[in-house]
Amino acid sequence: MNLKRYGVAVAILATAAISLTACASNEAAPAATSTSSATSTPATGTLNGSGSSAQANAETAWVAGFQEANPAATINYASVGSGAGVAAFISGGMQFAGSDAALTDAQLAGTFTGCAAGAKGIDIPNYIAPIAVAFNLKGVKTLNLDATTIANIFNGKIKTWNDPAIAADNPGVTLPATAIVPVHRSDSSGTTNNFTDYLAKAAPAAWPQAANNVFPYPGEAAAQNAGVASAAEAAEGSIAYLEASNTGTLSVAKLKVGSTYVAYTPKAAAAVVDASPLVASREANDLAFNIDRTTTAKGAYPLVLVSYFIACQKYTDPAVASLVKAYASYVTSPAGQQVAAKSVNSAPLSASLTAKVATSIASIK
Amino acid sequence: MNASAPAEVKMKVKVRRGDRVFATSTVVAGSLILALLAATAIFLVVESLPALSANPKLLPGAPANVWAYVAPLAFGTVWAGLLAMLIALPLSIGIALFITHYAPRRIAQALGYVIDLLAAVPSVVFGLWGIAVLAPAVLPLYDWLVKTLGWIPLFTGPVSATGRTILTAAIVLAVMVIPIITALCREVFLQTPVLHEEAALALGATRLEMIQVAVLPFGRSGIISAAMLGLGRALGETMAVALVLSPALVINFALLTSNNPSTIASNIALTFNEATGIGLNALVTTGLVLFVITLIVNLGARYAVNRRKAFSGAN
Repeated sequence: MNLKRYGVAVAILATAAISLTACASNEAAPAATSTSSATSTPATGTLNGSGSSAQANAETAWVAGFQEANPAATINYASVGSGAGVAAFISGGMQFAGSDAALTDAQLAGTFTGCAAGAKGIDIPNYIAPIAVAFNLKGVKTLNLDATTIANIFNGKIKTWNDPAIAADNPGVTLPATAIVPVHRSDSSGTTNNFTDYLAKAAPAAWPQAANNVFPYPGEAAAQNAGVASAAEAAEGSIAYLEASNTGTLSVAKLKVGSTYVAYTPKAAAAVVDASPLVASREANDLAFNIDRTTTAKGAYPLVLVSYFIACQKYTDPAVASLVKAYASYVTSPAGQQVAAKSVNSAPLSASLTAKVATSIASIK
Repeated sequence: MNASAPAEVKMKVKVRRGDRVFATSTVVAGSLILALLAATAIFLVVESLPALSANPKLLPGAPANVWAYVAPLAFGTVWAGLLAMLIALPLSIGIALFITHYAPRRIAQALGYVIDLLAAVPSVVFGLWGIAVLAPAVLPLYDWLVKTLGWIPLFTGPVSATGRTILTAAIVLAVMVIPIITALCREVFLQTPVLHEEAALALGATRLEMIQVAVLPFGRSGIISAAMLGLGRALGETMAVALVLSPALVINFALLTSNNPSTIASNIALTFNEATGIGLNALVTTGLVLFVITLIVNLGARYAVNRRKAFSGAN
């Protein structure tokens, strides 16, 4: 009797152990037979990183792809949120971080315990995700919106779909008198930060709020991209901002850029990063972008989230440095970017940015 | 007699090793729980001090001061918990009475198992159920309530377009605490002395009157304890509320709009990941407030139970 009971416990433990190890080695992910990007000598060792949850799915695909090409290397990425990831990196707990925001001047003024003495962290853009403004309105499939109209919808000033401000952008479209239900993220997120940054810069009069991880106005809210999508799908007349890969059955609006309306495409999202200036007075190899939300560049889509791979300029252990370089090179290579684009619909870096990033990674010691 | 007496004395003096080990381990277990509680309280106080003294501009949402940030959350926590109890308590007592006094034995047993099974469902599943099934299902009812009873402040519009309101969250919470309250009430009602019940029946009481004069007074303190345990679970519930509720930082009694007061636990779950610096301390401050609320609820329950002990019929 007792033996039997213990047997069950042991069986449960064994199953748990097996399923846990199965999770740990990311071999099963849908990745990438792209061995071409691997360095000539396979990388070895273990690398730990943490941070942005926006990057999490892409990191899973990258880790799988990298480990397939370099069987002796182990990369661990914990999706703990950008803030916690950067804090862990600065304190030396992690060798790299993923963050939806570049390092701040205050952070750069401090010491990076994990890096070699005197060395700072650098920002390397590795993940560009277009943010879609999606809506659910019977009979309307295409919609043009400018930043001011979007701001007034999300701050609650525009209440119905047949508002003159919306009609002005959409000649020829019959708009119903349905009430507008703006849906925002209830959790703190980089997506909200980039969306509010876009509104604050492109429509400052209608959106007198600074960029923030937490949405500043009341309204319908749901957790995570998936939650926002399901809430928007459930409510007739809803409009929401969410990472473009989550739009599901919702229709997606075009944004006014200059005098034309631009739909989000991976190319358009990468284009705005190219058209944006770097943050001033940084090290030459720090590629922190000040995304130009008011760009008028042709075919650029200014509502994007740029996430960074944050690494040390110089590591105390050269073995760690070479592993970081190998992994970062794979992640930002055309092959690595394709892997992410395939699995999470991110926008691959443009050719010119890829070249800059490669130079930056090469400078890591 | 003489021969056995010394042996008896000796046995009293000798403490077996097993006894000593066991006694020590219970003492350790008992003090461990106190130490854990103290450690949690110290952590909460120490970590929330920076938020109390910080410039409120740095807090999430830039409120006037830290209490302006905590107050809506504390209100939402208590409000959601009370609504859930309003739904769950009558239902649970009803179910428990049915199981103990009305249902045939076999049905009662089966029902007991089902209730216990409900307690084993993880809260995230209840949350998903709330979003996918409950919210769309109650939406027409909410619509009707706002249209016809909108003049009552509780039911003011505009009605939420998705049904993710504080009332939906309270219903989900109620479903989650019903198993706990029911199980405890059932045990309490089963303890009612059969003599009391039979005496009531012999005096000509109907079954309802028997329950009123014998079962409920006897079980009153037990019902209060059960309710407080349920309330404790409802106050601390995180995932279900985080998934179901459409939150905002407001104090608002309206049950059916999109602007619902958030709860402390769900707010921590939703904003912890991307919180840094003072924002993190502010979250711990809300945790400290939840700790105090729970403490007050438990002390209140203890007080209520003690005060009514004399009338419980147990003596």
